[in-house]
Amino acid sequence: MVKKIFLLFTCLYMALPEWVLAQTTDTEKQYTAFDMRHNGKIYVVVCVMLMILTGLILYLVRLDRKITKLEKENK
Amino acid sequence: MRKSWWKILCVCLLFYTVAGGLLFDMPAREILHETIRNMFFHVCMWFAMMILFTASVVYSVKYLRSQNLKHDIYAVNFAKTGILFALLGYATGAVWAKYTWTEYADDTQIFTEPKLTGAAVALLIYFAYLVLRGSLTDIDKKARIGAVYAIFAYAMLFPSIWILPRLMESLHPGKGGNPALNFRDSDDRIKMVFYPAIIGWTLLGVWITSLKIRFDLIKEKSLLNG
Repeated sequence: MVKKIFLLFTCLYMALPEWVLAQTTDTEKQYTAFDMRHNGKIYVVVCVMLMILTGLILYLVRLDRKITKLEKENK
Repeated sequence: MRKSWWKILCVCLLFYTVAGGLLFDMPAREILHETIRNMFFHVCMWFAMMILFTASVVYSVKYLRSQNLKHDIYAVNFAKTGILFALLGYATGAVWAKYTWTEYADDTQIFTEPKLTGAAVALLIYFAYLVLRGSLTDIDKKARIGAVYAIFAYAMLFPSIWILPRLMESLHPGKGGNPALNFRDSDDRIKMVFYPAIIGWTLLGVWITSLKIRFDLIKEKSLLNG
């Protein structure tokens, strides 16, 4: 189950950007920071946000474990 | 840890939301520019809130039908997480509005914005739900009055955040339809990230709620069994 979900997302992830990238027009380049993706260090922001998200999720997982332990002790 | 497929799905979707939401190309918007990406964060907070509040009202009705205190614990925790998401949505909306609306609308128009006022009213009604529950000491009375109030609070969400802002002049998108849910309206590139984002954030809310519920169930064990 886990493997299947993981595989599905990997496939989706790899298939996506190609045709998503393909439809950018000139107007869009005017209004959106088109170059930012390459020169503006936007990847740093993505990395920071992913780190925060990872931290929060790990915190939730720990909390989940602690509660499971409590549940077992209370049985 | 209680392992569930939806927790893994939640983590995958959220990582996809952050990475895809920031890196994929998005359609051009005159006022919003790159802030259109807030769709995957700000708007999703409200979607998650709405789903959590719906779960809360379902469990409130269940409680009234069964008088089972377990359902009351479910209802109140769903409402609490819903309030958390609403606060996050409100705060992020304030920042978003500050850097987009102020460029072409004057202050009075922003301060009298019906969507903001409506959301504030809806939030206050839900704060009152917690105050009401906190003020009652008898457990059964607290659960029953809380459940009845929760149904009214949920009913008030619709005029205050869905109907009234659409009838009035509003800066907020959403006049004359459902821009986020209209399949012909929004751009494919937004939808690619937007729908997974809604599911991801909602699942995160459900995860947090499930932890709170399990904690409360341990805490109230003697009450539930006795």
